[in-house]
Amino acid sequence: MQNTAKLSLGIDIGSTTAKVVLTRGEEILYECYKRHFSQVRQKTLEILTRLQNLIGEERVKVALSGSAGLGLARAAELPFVQEVFATGETVRRLEPDTTAVVELGGEDAKVIFFEGGTDERMNGTCAGGTGAFIDQMATLLDLTVEELDALSLQATRIYPIASRCGVFAKTDIQPLLNQGAAKADIAASIFRAVVNQTIAGLAQGRRITGKVMFLGGPLSFNEGLRRQFVHVLKLAPEHAVFPPYARISVALGAAFYAAGLSEDYTYGELISRVETCTTATSATSSLAPLFETQQEYALFRARHAAAAVEYTDPATYRGDAYLGIDCGSTTTKLVLMAEDHKLLYTYYNSNKGNPVGIVKEQLEEIYALCGNRIKIRSSAVTGYGEELIRHAFHLDEGLVETMAHFTAARYFNPRVDFILDIGGQDIKCFKIRAGAIDSIMLNEACSSGCGSFIETFAKSLGYETAEFAKLALFAKAPVDLGSRCTVFMNSSVKQAQKDGATVGDISAGLSVSVVKNAIYKVIRAGSTEELGDHIVVQGGTFLNDAVLRSFERELGRDVIRPAIAGLMGAWGAALYAQSTAKEHSTMLTREQLQSFTHKSKAAVCRACTNNCNITVNTFADGETFISGNKCERGAGKRAAENPLPNLHAFKRDQLAALTPVAGKRNFTIGLPLALGMYELGPFWYALFRALGFGVRFSGFSNRKLYAKGQYSIPSDTACYPAKIMHGHIEQLIEDGVDGIFYPSMTRNIDERVADNCYNCPVVAYYAELLSHNMDSLSTVRFFYPYLNVNHTGKLTENLLAFLNAEFGGFGKREVLQAVRTAKAAYEAHMKRIRREGERAVARAKREKLRLMVLSGRPYHIDPEIGHSIDKLATTLGFVVVSEDAVAHLASAPARPAALNQWTYHARLYNAAKFVTETKGAELVQLVSFGCGIDAITTDEVRAILEDGGKLYTQIKIDEITNLGAVTIRLRSLIGALDQQEGRG
Amino acid sequence: MATERVIFTKEMKRDYTILLPNMLEMHFKIMAEIFRHNGYRVELLQNEGQGVIDCGLKYTHNDACYPALLVIGQFINALQSGKYDVNRVAVMMTQTGGGCRASNYITLIRKALAKAGFAQVPVISLNVSGLEKNPGFKLTLGFGKRILYAVYYGDLLMNLVNQCRPYEVTPGSTQAMADKWVARLVEELNSGKSPNYKSVQKNYIDILKDFELNLPRTKEKKVRVGIVGEIYVKFSPLANNNLERFLVAEGAETVMAGLLDFLMYTVNTAVVDYRLYGMKKTRAKVMKWAYDYLHKKQLDFIRLYRENSTFTPPTDFEKTRAAIKGYIDEGVQMGEGWLLTAEMLELIESGATNVVCAQPFGCLPNHIVGKGMMKIIRENHPGVNLVSIDYDPGASKINQENRLKLMLAGAARELEQEREKQASAQPTPTEV
Repeated sequence: MQNTAKLSLGIDIGSTTAKVVLTRGEEILYECYKRHFSQVRQKTLEILTRLQNLIGEERVKVALSGSAGLGLARAAELPFVQEVFATGETVRRLEPDTTAVVELGGEDAKVIFFEGGTDERMNGTCAGGTGAFIDQMATLLDLTVEELDALSLQATRIYPIASRCGVFAKTDIQPLLNQGAAKADIAASIFRAVVNQTIAGLAQGRRITGKVMFLGGPLSFNEGLRRQFVHVLKLAPEHAVFPPYARISVALGAAFYAAGLSEDYTYGELISRVETCTTATSATSSLAPLFETQQEYALFRARHAAAAVEYTDPATYRGDAYLGIDCGSTTTKLVLMAEDHKLLYTYYNSNKGNPVGIVKEQLEEIYALCGNRIKIRSSAVTGYGEELIRHAFHLDEGLVETMAHFTAARYFNPRVDFILDIGGQDIKCFKIRAGAIDSIMLNEACSSGCGSFIETFAKSLGYETAEFAKLALFAKAPVDLGSRCTVFMNSSVKQAQKDGATVGDISAGLSVSVVKNAIYKVIRAGSTEELGDHIVVQGGTFLNDAVLRSFERELGRDVIRPAIAGLMGAWGAALYAQSTAKEHSTMLTREQLQSFTHKSKAAVCRACTNNCNITVNTFADGETFISGNKCERGAGKRAAENPLPNLHAFKRDQLAALTPVAGKRNFTIGLPLALGMYELGPFWYALFRALGFGVRFSGFSNRKLYAKGQYSIPSDTACYPAKIMHGHIEQLIEDGVDGIFYPSMTRNIDERVADNCYNCPVVAYYAELLSHNMDSLSTVRFFYPYLNVNHTGKLTENLLAFLNAEFGGFGKREVLQAVRTAKAAYEAHMKRIRREGERAVARAKREKLRLMVLSGRPYHIDPEIGHSIDKLATTLGFVVVSEDAVAHLASAPARPAALNQWTYHARLYNAAKFVTETKGAELVQLVSFGCGIDAITTDEVRAILEDGGKLYTQIKIDEITNLGAVTIRLRSLIGALDQQEGRG
Repeated sequence: MATERVIFTKEMKRDYTILLPNMLEMHFKIMAEIFRHNGYRVELLQNEGQGVIDCGLKYTHNDACYPALLVIGQFINALQSGKYDVNRVAVMMTQTGGGCRASNYITLIRKALAKAGFAQVPVISLNVSGLEKNPGFKLTLGFGKRILYAVYYGDLLMNLVNQCRPYEVTPGSTQAMADKWVARLVEELNSGKSPNYKSVQKNYIDILKDFELNLPRTKEKKVRVGIVGEIYVKFSPLANNNLERFLVAEGAETVMAGLLDFLMYTVNTAVVDYRLYGMKKTRAKVMKWAYDYLHKKQLDFIRLYRENSTFTPPTDFEKTRAAIKGYIDEGVQMGEGWLLTAEMLELIESGATNVVCAQPFGCLPNHIVGKGMMKIIRENHPGVNLVSIDYDPGASKINQENRLKLMLAGAARELEQEREKQASAQPTPTEV
């Protein structure tokens, strides 16, 4: 034998796959890549037995790696090497001049830099998995991963899809699907999101340049993903390395690592170690079984069977019927209801990304069924796709899904006071008080993915959803998976698998998690008594008996689950259609349906500077429907003559009026229009102008601007308003300013209505972060002195010191004068806002219009951060004011239970108080995802409003760009208000 | 919901039991004894595990930070245990009044208690900023000074345990030694003799010598891993999934600054507020005095270390403070503020080039002082190994451990290379 090196075996067991490599020196004798379906030990053995002949009687060195390899290595007492480290071994051995490695695995993402000492990074707790993410997205599109990849190569446009975590991305993709965007474009956009996620989440300010090697399964299988990486990183072909061993690189590294170890084993020894090892004591805690006996389960089934709707035979029925359609995010549901509330026909299925096609098919089917005996008197549609379907088929009515569900639940229990609906994508729950919807809670983007999460998980473990659910019922030790977002659950499941949990245990654990998520994360109930006495649960997810059982367990009492739990939205729509029926339905007739066609085209709206990505749907009869637009102008409507007051727009106009000016000093200061600059911008603008500098703002944000700076964001869990700051800095540098100013300020403006006037830590000190993470700042001067705007003397002193240190030649009087000018400018600015607020309030009162205090923090008026929700609200008929425009109208400062020591918070509390004192006023609070201190304000604002008999509505915002969920929320609010006022 | 807070009255002092949350076992045990010495009935909570986390999840806003969730969970879990007369019990928590959400722990606790049906339980704020007052609880100068003794002792024992446990010849001997001293100190405080600084110094010397002489240790070289972070997550094993024990089990030695540093940082805040923002001159003067007092004590301890042992003493806080030059300003003072950056830098300078930064998920100040400073620290110190770990109720232990293992693998490689370098640097005899 020529090669005298010893045999070396690398085994990499990740979250979803097992990889095994046998080497001799650098020669690969055997390689294998297999899904393990969480049967870690069995799969490993299975692969090892194939090596028997290759190994023969020789002794072999071995090392394990990977997240699931750790447990096995411990139990079998075999050497272990950390996976990133193993990758490093591969690179050092085979491509030593590599500068960086990007490695995507089933659920992990890694970037390794080799220049200036190895710098290895893995995805944090928040960034979702990538391989699993792509799988999940493919499922969503009803494609295989291979098809997804092939489609992505034909893309013509890229949609912005949130890149922070898989769940967010899903929230973006779903509406695109429902709006009929091309699958090819979505496929490419998914890959782009993965790229952005890797860059923003892992590189964190360090550029990926030089010779980059791409490793791991997803990168070796998906051409589309590779292209996106090369494109975004702007890599020359010779600098992008896609080696043939990409998918087994960790196992290969483990083999190289093993070669350096002293222990070696015979084939028999290896097998027996893996065979006999028992998994170490379980670190995963387990819960009680859902059902102990078959009898217990039978009783449970019988009890729930009582809440049923009768069916009647459509072949014999004669008379009127009502059609209800629920076009949800992942599924489409149809119900045809007879006059006497019996079911004639039902349909429940995945919309396969093409709801229009599904509905058309179904209508044809229903018409065929109806013949001449059944007349469809009226039809109604609800759900995500409401507008699209209503336009496409000329349905009689559309209603917001919360109202549909309430209508349906009331049918089963007229006294219902609490409804919980867990669908494929979202959790909705609402309390009913005095016959009207009293409060609505929707899951925030972060904990969504409930029903479809279980589905995807079942699939990834190789099971059908129903079968997966069945396994849960009698599982001996359900895994305790906690109640956080699904990305965390992925990791917890990983751990449970490692600890030897059965599929049933995992399935049961997921059911409990979904329930806990709903109760503690969405409803945030302290005790189950808070929920209500008459609870109805619905949504497709509750058809899963394991979920239903977990819910009753957690509550400690029985609830009603209608047999048509999955059809409740459609059922409610049908009931609604019946209650609003006219003589004839407007719905397309059978004949019209035959010539029905639907085309969708992606476009960009140019009606304003938002440049929304819109989808233009055209139907055979010439009807068009535009979706994706953020305001009515995108839908082709012109601006109204006397538009409703909108303080957010007013404030933006005020800031936009502060145009760039030149100064005698021939030095232009750039002010980044983000975070605290939204409050004090007019102050600093006036100050530097008075001192003779040229001044310019970076302007409002948009997606492109954000993208400019995303490379330098070190903490991916910071709020979007902070992350967008990086883009503003880049913008100013592009604009050619000489210096950039963003002061560090522990305290904000003191409005003397609270106990202190703090900024949040991010607004206060973000400049420190910028200065050390943005390489481009080395090309300009960056000023971030520590200042206190409330102390004229000290402010003058500090500014004078700062100016003289940086420029020289300033006098105290000059600076003092400028400070006074700045103060006057700021005060005038705030006064204008308050005056305009008063005017808006007066007009609302005069014309009996609804007034919405769209509150948050000053930077929420930014069109990109606030996603133009203000425009949406005016479209829905609200007069919109901001918190700082009405806070002064409260009769006295609010006294919240929490420490009241932040300027922005005090405004929120006072604005809430104003709302409780003003008829027709409502408050909607915008909360940025990741805002730690809004965990305090949201509770307090809610308490103030509820004490004053008002509804509380919170909207969590992040990079998410689609307004579908927000629209539902605001329309539900309107529905609830209508009901309260007896209008509905 | 703006209910009046329940005051802790003078009458309550007599027969109420005050529950203390547990952050640092040894410090707090001694501290509890000092409370008792001053006439309070206190109990240091020892409950932990999933029950505590579940209670926290149930009664706090799920977006509140992890430390708040755990402290609240510990309180409510204890109150529900039936161990206490819930009408004769109060709870105590520190309050800094800074710009971080942590200053709202007190209100979050109050809200959670009300939600759990314990609205009658007084919540006592332990603060030096005059935020909330309770007639039944007074932090007098003498009392406060003695609480400091607990900090001195606790820091000393923690530091010695960190330096000894990884090298102990008999497993468990370090813990036994520390436990012995905690018991002895508690007993001494309990004996009725009024403790003073002199006795503290004497005990200090005895402890140092006892560890030095009577605790057999190996001489092997181990990877030194520094730990910095949000204060609760940094110190509390409940919050950080036994970080210290994990690292030691993986063959590392842990290094971390004590509670005294955090105290000095906090005291320094008022001084900086005056210097930068012109705020509250008198308060700044008092705090400057307090700072100098604490610093002088720290220097005493460093001297005692040097004179009585071979252990590495804590770092002079002035040196830690100076480390941030060119990195971050002392004006950053919410949460752990500049101190966290300073501790990373100080650790690296003192040779612990592997640093774990532990924080609650979504910790606001740490975006800046932790993750925000890592790029520049890495650039200026090539080869350092910084790893940032987020903790929260849903975070999976396996992910955390995987990241730590990655850091340790890198560290082990470096240690190996260093060893080889040293081996090859052995002078070879030249032939003559």
